[in-house]
Amino acid sequence: MADVLERTHAPSASPKAAKSRLRVIDCDIHPSLNSKAEIFPFLPKRWQEHMKTYGDHLRTPFTSTTPYPRSSPLICRRDAWPPSGRLPGSDLDFMRQQHLDPIDVEFGILQVLDLFIFSQQNLELGAAIQRAINDWQIECWCKPEPRLKPSILVVQDDTEASVAEIERCAATGKYVQINVCPRANEPLGRRRYWPIYAAAEAAGLPLGIHVGGYGGHAPTGSGWPSYYNEEHHSNAHSMAAQLTSLVIEGIPERFPKLKFVFIEGGFGWVPAITWRMDKQWQRFRDEVPHVKRPPSEYVRERFWFTTQPIEEPDNARHLRAVIEWIGIDRLLFSSDYPHWDYDDARFAFKTPLTDAERVKIFNTNARAVYKLD
Amino acid sequence: MRIDCDIHPGLEGTRTTLLPYLDDHWKEQVTSRAIDGLDLTSYPPNMPLSCRPDWRPKKGKPGSSFEALKAQVLDGFGADYAICNVLYGAQAVFDPYMAAGFCRAINDWIAAEWLARDSRLRASIVVPMQAPDLAVEEIERLAGDKRFVAILVLAQGETLLGRRHFWPVYQAAERHKLPLAVHSGSQYRMAPSSIGWPSYRLEYYIAEAQAHQAQLLSLILEGVFGKFPGLKVVLMESGVSWLPAFMWRTNKTWKGVRVEVPWVDRKPADIMREHVRLTIQPFDAPPDQAGIDQLIEQIGSDRMLLFASDYPHWQFDGDEPMPPGLPASLVERMCADNPLETFPRLAANA
Amino acid sequence: MARHVVARTTDIPAGGNKVVSVEGREIVVFNVNGEFFALLNRCPHEGAPLAKAACVAHLESDEPGEYRRSRIGEMLRCAWHGWEFDMRTGQSYFDPQHTRIRSYPVEIEDGETLAKGPYVAETFPVTIQESYVLVEI
Repeated sequence: MADVLERTHAPSASPKAAKSRLRVIDCDIHPSLNSKAEIFPFLPKRWQEHMKTYGDHLRTPFTSTTPYPRSSPLICRRDAWPPSGRLPGSDLDFMRQQHLDPIDVEFGILQVLDLFIFSQQNLELGAAIQRAINDWQIECWCKPEPRLKPSILVVQDDTEASVAEIERCAATGKYVQINVCPRANEPLGRRRYWPIYAAAEAAGLPLGIHVGGYGGHAPTGSGWPSYYNEEHHSNAHSMAAQLTSLVIEGIPERFPKLKFVFIEGGFGWVPAITWRMDKQWQRFRDEVPHVKRPPSEYVRERFWFTTQPIEEPDNARHLRAVIEWIGIDRLLFSSDYPHWDYDDARFAFKTPLTDAERVKIFNTNARAVYKLD
Repeated sequence: MRIDCDIHPGLEGTRTTLLPYLDDHWKEQVTSRAIDGLDLTSYPPNMPLSCRPDWRPKKGKPGSSFEALKAQVLDGFGADYAICNVLYGAQAVFDPYMAAGFCRAINDWIAAEWLARDSRLRASIVVPMQAPDLAVEEIERLAGDKRFVAILVLAQGETLLGRRHFWPVYQAAERHKLPLAVHSGSQYRMAPSSIGWPSYRLEYYIAEAQAHQAQLLSLILEGVFGKFPGLKVVLMESGVSWLPAFMWRTNKTWKGVRVEVPWVDRKPADIMREHVRLTIQPFDAPPDQAGIDQLIEQIGSDRMLLFASDYPHWQFDGDEPMPPGLPASLVERMCADNPLETFPRLAANA
Repeated sequence: MARHVVARTTDIPAGGNKVVSVEGREIVVFNVNGEFFALLNRCPHEGAPLAKAACVAHLESDEPGEYRRSRIGEMLRCAWHGWEFDMRTGQSYFDPQHTRIRSYPVEIEDGETLAKGPYVAETFPVTIQESYVLVEI
């Protein structure tokens, strides 16, 4: 039975009806610190002091905000500010009440953006924070709320420290993914990051790549745009470039068991970059002999894409075509709670999906990739 | 009728081909300091993409033989007009006056040694975007020569094309009915995207598609088409199939964050359908006919695509440059109506 | 269509709003400079509650760098994706014909008038001394 959602009219589903629907695996939830002090219990004193004084040192002009102001305060939905007075995403009870329960989230995969662990130029600070953040996720989120699953964040421009942290965290058996960032010193396919992939493959965990970071490179090949409209869009471009880097550098060949999840880039751009890679690879094959198969084959076998921000063509059938081009098996539902461009699991897909397809996109695809059983 | 909107005559070098067209100061600088070698890193001459093997001359740079180009493109593929886009990198030098001098030389060379030899040939004006006022001077200098039908810039420059300091260039372009042709290629001022510098040329070439998109975003969101309603922009060698998803995402973000750019008073995709054109070589097509049909439907306009061979770049094999699978009615528009509408100066007498 | 008493005018300060339930529908009532507007509390896009939307000026521009403001506070920027809606009509900025929030007529009546009826009082008593917001559904 097709589940058609109308475009302009208020859907009749109420929050209570969610319980009788499919349980959702949400592959992108952002827990946040209410203040930097909340990480201190997990940080050695030396780094607590450093954070109070020198603080973050990122490749961006301001100490406490992005130069591309977001659509709304703290990038969040305006209704995500908890009545407790804490910051959006920092109040577990409110997260349960506003998101986990009404959407009937079976599992939520945590993506921590706070403290910019991937972008700290002081790599020792980065290494200290990575450990603290990975411990904080368990203590403050996953222990009290078993539906939430942590990711291992690594200070990727220090590969030795990253590998050590992967080994430390993977040994607990509690983490479901290893996170790296698409905006760092070099493209992810580059050789310097390969030890991280070896460690990820050895740990049997997928590599999650969530948009963002302050790598210091301009968002475009012609420099810095003026507007958030442009910079927000450039996230999709960075994902296309990273898909290219990983495939063309042969990472799927070199690490045959490794799986890749692209998070918060959306997915509309995926078919065209795959076709382009296939076509141009034929012309450049002698430059990249280590890419033994057409790029699209690697994409189809080893890469997954979370669905938010969902694409919104005027004609919903066009979205259907994109989904089929990518493959129903490759899409993982994500909400991006509590950010402003959040997708509600009940209403985001304005294109017909069969029940079997819904089960895959909203649950079983992620279940398999993250081994959530 | 068939109009080829993107071909690349090649030139040997600054000290050779361009020398006669430089003024005395640049002649002396070029010879005494051995200033030469502006082949773009984006298109090293010996790279397979840069020249199809059966078009590669025994001597000299790809595309440098007029006779070969005439035989292959004009007589061979059959072109009523063909637009020459010279990719020799005068735009990429840092000295703005040198850039201007070299651009001038390229434009004079193409006019004297190509446009004059065959009435089917047209060209884009190469301009020094390092100094927008000098770019305007060059446009004004050549505007009276109707064989120049567009203005050529590279897809990756120093600043995004929508920025205010470029607006005098668009004012001149609009006045003279010269569309802005944005062609793949980079000044290598920064990494091709936010992820940093890739390893392989293949990655750089693939990234050109994203570079075109970033330029389009800039042009639309900075309000260039509102300010210059007569301006058209042609994206050349961009790949095309990224277009529909790009339209959707641009619309989506604008709907929510319109307050940032309130001068963009209608959906960006509608602006694109009116003001933006794309040459179809290469056409990074879906692998089957149903996919191609769906993609064309998603683009939602039969006015946006322009035929091009991209000679001598190696984008296809055999004698038929037209990508397979495109509907006949669209092919007809791509070959004639759309180019004539996009380049109003094309059919004017030289 | 019936007229429902949903609030005292003093319940909703200028610049504020109140969410009420009328005939099973969640309605949000805004006070913009003493004028009251009532809309279904649900964005047609993905269902966001409009009670948390930002109330902003109608923003137009003829020229890059120009920001022409009018009708201060009468536009809603949805709490989630930022879609702009005209509070008076419920119409979206980008697609006024087809994308809109259901809006409802609002009247202000004083208690003395209401005592003579007819009206539907949803959840609280009406007294003669006060002014009331009525929504027609």
